[in-house]
Amino acid sequence: MKNERANRRMMTRLSIFAVAMFGFGFALVPFYEKICEVTGINNLIKPAAEVVNTQVDKSRWVTMEFDANAHGLDWDFKPVQRSVRVHPGEMIQVEFDVRNNGSTAIVGQAIPSYGPKHAAPYVKKMECFCFKQQPLQVGEGKRMPVQFILDSTLPADVNTITLSYTFFEVKGAPVAQAKSGGKG
Amino acid sequence: MEAAHAHTPGYGHDDHDAHKPSGIKRWVMSTNHKDIGTMYLWFSFSMFLVGGVMALIIRSELFQPGLQIVQPDFFNSMITYHGLIMVFGAIMPAFVGFANWLIPMQVGAPDMAFPRMNNLSFWLLPPAALLLIVAQFMPGGGAGVGWTLYAPLSTQAGPAMDLTIFAIHILGMSSIMGSINIITTILNMRAPGMTLMKMPLFCWTWLITAYLLVAVMPVLAGAVTMTLTDRHFGTHFFNAAGGGDPVLYQHIFWFFGHPEVYIIAIPAFGVVSQVIPAFSRKPLFGYASMVYATASIAILSFMVWAHHMYTAGMPVEAQLYFMYATVLIAVPTGVKVFNWVATMWRGSLTFETPMLFALGFLFLFTLGGFTGLVLSIVPVDVQLHDTYYVVAHFHYVMVAGALFSAFAGIYFWLPKWTGRMYNETLGKWHFWLSLIFFNVTFFVQHFLGLAGMPRRIPDYALQFAEFNAISSIGAWGFGLAQLLFLYIVIKTITSGEKAPEKPWEGADSLEWTHLPTPAPWHSFETPPVVK
Repeated sequence: MKNERANRRMMTRLSIFAVAMFGFGFALVPFYEKICEVTGINNLIKPAAEVVNTQVDKSRWVTMEFDANAHGLDWDFKPVQRSVRVHPGEMIQVEFDVRNNGSTAIVGQAIPSYGPKHAAPYVKKMECFCFKQQPLQVGEGKRMPVQFILDSTLPADVNTITLSYTFFEVKGAPVAQAKSGGKG
Repeated sequence: MEAAHAHTPGYGHDDHDAHKPSGIKRWVMSTNHKDIGTMYLWFSFSMFLVGGVMALIIRSELFQPGLQIVQPDFFNSMITYHGLIMVFGAIMPAFVGFANWLIPMQVGAPDMAFPRMNNLSFWLLPPAALLLIVAQFMPGGGAGVGWTLYAPLSTQAGPAMDLTIFAIHILGMSSIMGSINIITTILNMRAPGMTLMKMPLFCWTWLITAYLLVAVMPVLAGAVTMTLTDRHFGTHFFNAAGGGDPVLYQHIFWFFGHPEVYIIAIPAFGVVSQVIPAFSRKPLFGYASMVYATASIAILSFMVWAHHMYTAGMPVEAQLYFMYATVLIAVPTGVKVFNWVATMWRGSLTFETPMLFALGFLFLFTLGGFTGLVLSIVPVDVQLHDTYYVVAHFHYVMVAGALFSAFAGIYFWLPKWTGRMYNETLGKWHFWLSLIFFNVTFFVQHFLGLAGMPRRIPDYALQFAEFNAISSIGAWGFGLAQLLFLYIVIKTITSGEKAPEKPWEGADSLEWTHLPTPAPWHSFETPPVVK
């Protein structure tokens, strides 16, 4: 029947469309990452591209507080300094200590988070242990630096910024490289 | 015409020349669009009761502040499965049931384009429903992640989450197959002379809905597949530690989720667009503009998803775009509401139960649409996000919108389907009880939301106690009123009065004008000629 052939053709077309839309769902992943990269949203664990305002604003003090957590990991993780007072525009380096107290070697990834949230784009990290995965053998410990500049366009009402890191386990990452890695 | 229809009491719509298999085989192996439509509707109603019981557990717990009846984990699970079951188990299958019953008759086709696939799309539903129900009994209980299944909660939830994901996969397959069937039937199987712009609006709304379904159900399937691989196969789509992003899940989900809202609403528009002209005894006002408005709503629905996530963190430019695009949807929706009202203008109105439900839909859906406009405004939404105001908003759209329209449709077509009239007095009782208790339940939730009560919590601060108590009483009333509906339907099927050939004077689509009542098991073996 003529009708039946037309129906089948229609079904094939629509099925292809459905499969393509399934693929489209996955295509949203790189698309989203690209958008975030281009617009600079969510580049928390990538080095700051370029710091425009390098003028040190000596007239202003901002307190940076540091916090460290390990999510579901038997890791000892804490900042060496609890807080520092900084001038916007000044290059600052602080350090964090981490030790694997657990019984297995684990690769961890630290994710930063800021309070207040809208201060995040003004903390320009030049170097951070969160830019890389951190493998730790059993009992291994290390001291890891974070280098940043506070952008001097930081809104005037922000006097204190809390930078908090949380280590998560990266499942399935090879721990074997633990020895060579971890320069952070 | 009438002589051909002798009736044995009992369920069904016997026809003199039907060779249907008897007993359970008739249903399990059915390829008949009417039987499959009936099964969809019964399935939908049973899921409506399951989801309704869950809603009553939620409302009973919220009757008073503090924890009285259930534990928070179980409460969260009820919240999740109430949403999933009502959306995927009750409302969507209900309208697919209408589509199965009506589309072949309304376009003058003998059956759906792919009757066997039709059978498969129905029989995928019970296993999926079973998975959702069995999930409650998994170690750790049901997944208390909310119907949106947001990561990272969903990537960390217990084994019930896996069953839920598989259920979504199956429901998605069922919907996609059903949609392919509907599109093909409408585009390829219309009777001679039945041009697209002559089709009843119900067919138009389903054609558009079916395209939406084929476009977005696979995206949801993709999102839950990513959740599944994140859970078990070491991927990091939504895992921040592995370079993924939980907010990405929200984007993918709502790319499905917003069109999904219209997948539920648009067939409801279709039903109302059949009912209101019939009881106004006038053709639908602005038919062509109705078609274009429906299509514009469908297209716009792909461009507004992020208004569900204003607070997830996005640049203000994006917020503005999504806000303006969302507000824009009010324009075609306004066209539709205007047309419905204009259809009634100077019509010879009568107010039988289907018309009452359609009018209930019109008032309450418009109210729900209006609170939607309020929520689309970014600064307001930031305040109201995840409060009971949102709960009130979408229940006005889902319950008073989609569900009331489904009731209107059931009362409207029940005589056509069964050959028997429902009891008008009881129907009116059902309407008024539903209308009153619906508003008792949900209207006060606007106030709770404005006062800051968050949604999805089993306990709340004391100042919310009175409105919550009122809402819970309303919920029980609304729930019990639906048992009356079940009674009315069963009573109609078993011992309703014989329906006249054309019970509704103003009804003018093919199933009323070209087919006897009740509709024979096979209709239009030779296509009708439409002038």
